[in-house]
Amino acid sequence: MAHQLSQGGAAVAAPAPVATRRSRARRAPGTRTMTPYLFLAPFFIVYGIFLLYPVVDAFRLSFFEQTGISTPKFIGLDNYRALFSDERYLKALRNTTLYALASVCILSPLALAVALAVRSFIVPSPNLQSFYRAAFFLPYITSFVVIALMFGLVFDTNYGLLNSFLDSVGLPTPNWLRSERLALPSIILVAIWTFLGLNSLYFLAGLQNIPDDLSEAAFLDGATRSQVFWHVTLPLLRPTILFVLVQATIFSFQIFEIPFLLTRGGPSDASLTLAIYLYDVGFQQFEQGYASAIGYSLAVISMVLAGIQLLLFRAFADD
Amino acid sequence: MTVGMSRGERVTRIVGNVVLMLFVFLTIAPFLYMVSASFKPGHELFSIPVRPLPESLYWGNYKILFDETNFVRWFGNSLFIALARTVLAIVLSLMAGYAFAKFEFRFKRALFVLVLATLTLPIYVILVPLFSMMIDFNWADTYWALILPFTAQAIGIFLVRQQLLGVPNELLEAARIDGAGEWAIFTRLIVPLAQPVIAVMGILFFTSSWNDYLWPLIIITTDEKFTISLGLPSLIGPYSQEYGAVMSGSFLGTLPIMLIFLIFQRRFIEGIMAGALKG
Repeated sequence: MAHQLSQGGAAVAAPAPVATRRSRARRAPGTRTMTPYLFLAPFFIVYGIFLLYPVVDAFRLSFFEQTGISTPKFIGLDNYRALFSDERYLKALRNTTLYALASVCILSPLALAVALAVRSFIVPSPNLQSFYRAAFFLPYITSFVVIALMFGLVFDTNYGLLNSFLDSVGLPTPNWLRSERLALPSIILVAIWTFLGLNSLYFLAGLQNIPDDLSEAAFLDGATRSQVFWHVTLPLLRPTILFVLVQATIFSFQIFEIPFLLTRGGPSDASLTLAIYLYDVGFQQFEQGYASAIGYSLAVISMVLAGIQLLLFRAFADD
Repeated sequence: MTVGMSRGERVTRIVGNVVLMLFVFLTIAPFLYMVSASFKPGHELFSIPVRPLPESLYWGNYKILFDETNFVRWFGNSLFIALARTVLAIVLSLMAGYAFAKFEFRFKRALFVLVLATLTLPIYVILVPLFSMMIDFNWADTYWALILPFTAQAIGIFLVRQQLLGVPNELLEAARIDGAGEWAIFTRLIVPLAQPVIAVMGILFFTSSWNDYLWPLIIITTDEKFTISLGLPSLIGPYSQEYGAVMSGSFLGTLPIMLIFLIFQRRFIEGIMAGALKG
């Protein structure tokens, strides 16, 4: 590759400097030469084979009934129609939506509160600020697998850290991960633990973009802290808030490792998510057509959410 | 700021820091318990009440991990795969990002929009066809399947383009006039200029490869080819309950990423925050 490219480059470079300068002046750099395409080629070859082709192929597959190595049979929209009457799919959709709602309604406000506190007069020294930042960031760099293994031990009914603590203060010790009622809330708790730091960082970045003189001017005019928060900080933070909410929702719809390793989606599908269901259908039952339809339903949800984000951003930009 | 603080503000500051410290404690506690559990023998791990600290430092779990499992092999596999994936992804992103930043060519806009459109695409969409493709290529249960399909990273193109847009065209023109070939301009001029973004990509790609679980779960079946993420959960199952060894493995498996984080904290946060650029 390197060899080819340098040859291409040599062909472009003219022998006489003066002639080069004149010919260069007539056109923008790189126009009508092979050079840009040679630089693009490696990426787009990999991209085409391992991403674009599978995207198209999955779309095609979603219109076929194909199990294992059987001959695929065209069934039109039947896979998509089946989704609406598939109890397990609907349960997974419901669980995943609940999980996303928790991210939006609990995780995001909590992250905003943490970011505001770290940024405010509560934490005056920059060193303490970076300490909090690093500590909250720790869960996000830990793999979901390690997080799940860790919390498996924390949530264990008989020998878990959590129940041991609850027992010592005289509270009931429920069967966290094996109870239909508590499995999903437990997973949500772990997810909040995992993502709180990342979302706080997003908010901190947003807060840093708001110039200090605005709130200082408001203070001089006699505004209270809460007035400044509601009327100055919050409106200016709207793009960040929107970004965090949409990001959290899209991500929630894709959660796999933590529930898969902690509960396998159980008990009786109480914590089944869309991604776990797709894995089950596609790689345990090998129903490739149906799994592709589930995959596309997930993609459509993500695209719609991303689209809403884009539209709202435009609306805010026009304000 | 401190001078003019009222009593109410002083109370708020104390309460606020207590709450934040409580959050920090809740964040770190599971990690501390993981490390502590890795030094507990089985009977201590499963005894009531649960003690936060082991009675004495028991090294047996680490011995089991190194002597009776393929942990060292898994660690090596994870390292090799993450490095290969990261280097390839960086090279491809640099080349293509450079083309998007500094050249004019046909379909430039369309190609860029295409790349951007796949930024938010969930990987779940392509799992089934990608798996069939790996079978067709005879790549099932090989390192190839873990490395190559993930070397075209849209976010990389985005980051490199962003960084190189700021490089003045005159600089490239001057190099061309001096007779430098296009490849030489790329390797000697562009790559050094892109160093900050190379670091960000390195951290981003390495971490995501190191922590990857679903794709290895689907494609790898031989214990010797497992990555750490795949190997550790495999130690808990119907036939073995080596929780102590799993905890010691989790601790050792998290160390590399934590080290990178501590050394390159600023770049690391930049790398993760790169996601925010998408908006």
